[in-house]
Amino acid sequence: MIKENLKRGIFSENPIFVLLLGLCPSLAVSTSLVNGIGMGLAATFVLTCSNVIISMIKRLIPDKVRIPCYIVVIATFVTIVQLLMKAYLPALDKQLGIFVPLIVVNCIILGRAEAYASKNNVFKSFIDGIAIGLGFTVSLSVLSIIREVLGSNKLFGLKVIPSFNPMAVFILAPGGFFTIALVMMLIRYYSNRKKV
Amino acid sequence: MILPKTSEITDKNPQVVSGENINLQLNISSSPHIRHSETVPSIMLWVIGALVPSMIASVLIFGFRALFLTTLSAITAVAVEALICKMMKRASTIGDFSALITGILLAFNLSPSLPWWMVVLGSAFSIAVAKMAFGGLGSNFINPALAGRAFLMACYPAEMTSWVAPKLGTISGINGITSATPLANIKSAMANGTFQALDFQDAIINLFSGNIGGCIGETSAIALLIGAVILLYKHIIGFTIPVSFIGTVFLLFWLFNGSGQVFTSGAIIVPFYHILSGGLFLGAFFMATDMVTSPITRKGKLIFGLGCGLLTFTIRKFGGYPEGVSYSILIMNLFVPHIERYTRPKIYGEVKKRD
Repeated sequence: MIKENLKRGIFSENPIFVLLLGLCPSLAVSTSLVNGIGMGLAATFVLTCSNVIISMIKRLIPDKVRIPCYIVVIATFVTIVQLLMKAYLPALDKQLGIFVPLIVVNCIILGRAEAYASKNNVFKSFIDGIAIGLGFTVSLSVLSIIREVLGSNKLFGLKVIPSFNPMAVFILAPGGFFTIALVMMLIRYYSNRKKV
Repeated sequence: MILPKTSEITDKNPQVVSGENINLQLNISSSPHIRHSETVPSIMLWVIGALVPSMIASVLIFGFRALFLTTLSAITAVAVEALICKMMKRASTIGDFSALITGILLAFNLSPSLPWWMVVLGSAFSIAVAKMAFGGLGSNFINPALAGRAFLMACYPAEMTSWVAPKLGTISGINGITSATPLANIKSAMANGTFQALDFQDAIINLFSGNIGGCIGETSAIALLIGAVILLYKHIIGFTIPVSFIGTVFLLFWLFNGSGQVFTSGAIIVPFYHILSGGLFLGAFFMATDMVTSPITRKGKLIFGLGCGLLTFTIRKFGGYPEGVSYSILIMNLFVPHIERYTRPKIYGEVKKRD
């Protein structure tokens, strides 16, 4: 079951490229690989913890006010992440800026709470949180690698391709849209070809 | 007179039924019945022909590197379009020559000193992303050549704004207009408060002939005008967009020329200087009039031209860039669907709805 879940989270229900959720933070923070991985792991932590808690208290939450309840749970964990990041990774915190607190309204986390954690048991929700979170992290890393190499010709601060003049547009917002569209196009192209 | 059976008459096989004195051709087909002899390839070839004077002028001004870059850009554009058609398993569309024009127009918008691989990159972007990704000719919502220029501008701003001096040197010993573009000159002069109308009066003749620094195809106003006359004569472009575009820029720079007066000889130089320099003529006659990305109705075209003019004025006067023609056309391209919705002609007999 764990393997299936992971496969689903990373490939068939990949949050960015298949479900098209969480595009706003993906566009904003995928300018460098460090940022991408940092954001992905932070979101994974929040997603897993909130999935577990929401799955635990799903019978206590009245149906009409479920969204505010989810938000309170998610916001708690986001605060934890933010305080930890400020304490131990101040440089990354400065880079990600407003996008750490904005994890609260990340569609992926709210979506999984609504669609999965509120209907399944604690263990399943825990696995789902990790699987989807990893899917998010992997997609963010793919985007960041493409954008950082093309846009600033660097990876972890090291030069990648010698004598390549980087295309600055790729670390700007339009480059984010181009990259997501191109990766999505390739995925669709190959998955459609497999079917036929 | 015996009429042939309907099924025997097709478009391909029109049967001529002879009367006593007249040849009566009866054709049964669905509408449209009146077809123009013009086709997409013939229109595109006329546009290419209209660009030839500018090409010649740019070779005279910047040397054969201008021709090399233009050819390279055109070949890349056609090759990329052929490749994408093959990837999508569609019939090749390179025969309509539209990719060729995109390649030429893109090169006309680039500095003659740009490295060749940047030209290839921009040309590939124009066709692959701005045109083919949206469905090819007729479906692109922005001008592909200008999109390629904007892409290169965002990627390599330093290379895109380094200019070379024209080959012929400066005519009649006028200083100042060598390697910087005329627009950058007037902008810095205005900003420093050192603007003297007479310094710029002598430049007008250079601007008209094109003996100035700038992009490959934009410098020679006279060559562009020859091309524009051909297109206007062939009714490939209309007067509405270019006249409203250039007119708006002229009027606004006349009224807000920086001297605070309108009817002095110094004041009238500023608008002439502005309409002749930069990419305004190239943009107004060859880019803003692109059939795919401009409005259909006359009222819509007027709004489109006015908007382009206003945006160009705003960017040149208040913006960070000295030149704003390409961005203003791109921005107005985005408004075209809305313009068309609000300028939809009334159906004959339609009555205004009462609320």
